Amino acid sequence: MTADISKHALVPKHTKVSDSEKDKICAAHNINSMQLPKIFKEDPAISKLGVKAGDVIKIERHSKTAGVVSFYRVVIDE
Amino acid sequence: MKSDETQKIIAGYKNVLPISVRDEVERSLPSTISKSNATQIMDETVAAYNAARINAGESVGLVSAESIGEPGTQMTLNTFHFAGVAEMNITTGLPRIIEIFDAQKTLKTPIMEVFMNKPHNTNMDTIKKFAASIKETLFDEFVVEFSLNIFEQTLKVTLHKDLLEEHDLTEKDLIKAIKTKAKGFSVESSEGSILFTQKGKAGEIKELYNLKEKIRVVKVKGLKGIKQVLPVKRDEEYIVLTSGTNLKDILDLPEVDVARTTSNDIHEVYKVLGVEAVRQAIINEVYKVIEAQGLNIDVRHIMLVADLMTTNGNVKGITRYGVVSEKASVLARASFETPIKHLINAALEGEIDNLTSVVENVMINQPVPLGTGLPGLVTKMK
Repeated sequence: MTADISKHALVPKHTKVSDSEKDKICAAHNINSMQLPKIFKEDPAISKLGVKAGDVIKIERHSKTAGVVSFYRVVIDE
Repeated sequence: MKSDETQKIIAGYKNVLPISVRDEVERSLPSTISKSNATQIMDETVAAYNAARINAGESVGLVSAESIGEPGTQMTLNTFHFAGVAEMNITTGLPRIIEIFDAQKTLKTPIMEVFMNKPHNTNMDTIKKFAASIKETLFDEFVVEFSLNIFEQTLKVTLHKDLLEEHDLTEKDLIKAIKTKAKGFSVESSEGSILFTQKGKAGEIKELYNLKEKIRVVKVKGLKGIKQVLPVKRDEEYIVLTSGTNLKDILDLPEVDVARTTSNDIHEVYKVLGVEAVRQAIINEVYKVIEAQGLNIDVRHIMLVADLMTTNGNVKGITRYGVVSEKASVLARASFETPIKHLINAALEGEIDNLTSVVENVMINQPVPLGTGLPGLVTKMK
């Protein structure tokens, strides 16, 4: 696969979240990070980010109702 | 253009209001508004926004189910529907909705919309040429006749010369394509035909017959899985609709616009573009059907379903094998489909049901943890 899928209209921007921000997110929702929605380490959208299991990914979704929404997923192994 | 000050005030509400609401307020404010008035309007907007938010304990899933289910009864049950352009069938209506929500692996009508990059998308001829080049063309299509010569142990393949020319191919190209399948045979090509002879000692005639069957299905040209192509005009540009999908290979082609080319197969989107793209694809595909039927369902209901289907990092359908199998409670799972199977397995494994959700509490006649049933009372003992 040579095409850059991050340019695709269906793929929102994925970024890795720093550890301090990760703690802040978890505290704001009163959860631990493993209770977040999941994303596989092998997911094509994050294959270039070089993440490991347990990292949190910030996803900037384009929403019809709210404009841009930040969503978080935790990386898990297959 | 609003004054910088007003914009600054509105930007100050970044964390409490979504961008769409902030933009709308900004657009409707008069440019001469005073600072205090702007602040007051923003505060009122925040109050109205918070009042409109869903309360904790609201049964959003049930509301979504009803909101999607009721208009669903009015959808057409027609599986096939002519979409207006030429002879391409597209599954719409209820069968398509079921296909998406059940996350079915094989679609009735897999379709790709292939958009092209700038210089390629304005001319019908270039689009036609491109469409022909991506269509999967098998060796069989060029063959007029296979003739097995039993005495000389040879297989002669007569080719359709006009068709070869049309596809810009020669006998050599065909031989190249089938080379790996024809090991152990010597291949000679002449004008309009190919002759296969077994190398060394002549073996059984069966081998030649097997060879024939093998080379028939060899792909000579195009991308695997693309059975039909249809160049059409969409707005100001030309695009290619394909029957059969191969998103991975098509995105690798340099002429193709990577940003807009999509497939209607959500499993393929998952494999190529990832779980977030699937969520968006589910929303888009369902919404497309609903709009085409002239129905009106709030997109938030579909978002909820799409979120539910993708929370685990992969795509799960709303079926007993998908999201329902993930439920923590045995009783809730048993209440959906195949109750006996779930109850027997739970008994075998000694599963414990903590009765934390709705269905199981309804079953045993207890208050459900929804609305006023959600909060518990804690007494401070002295």
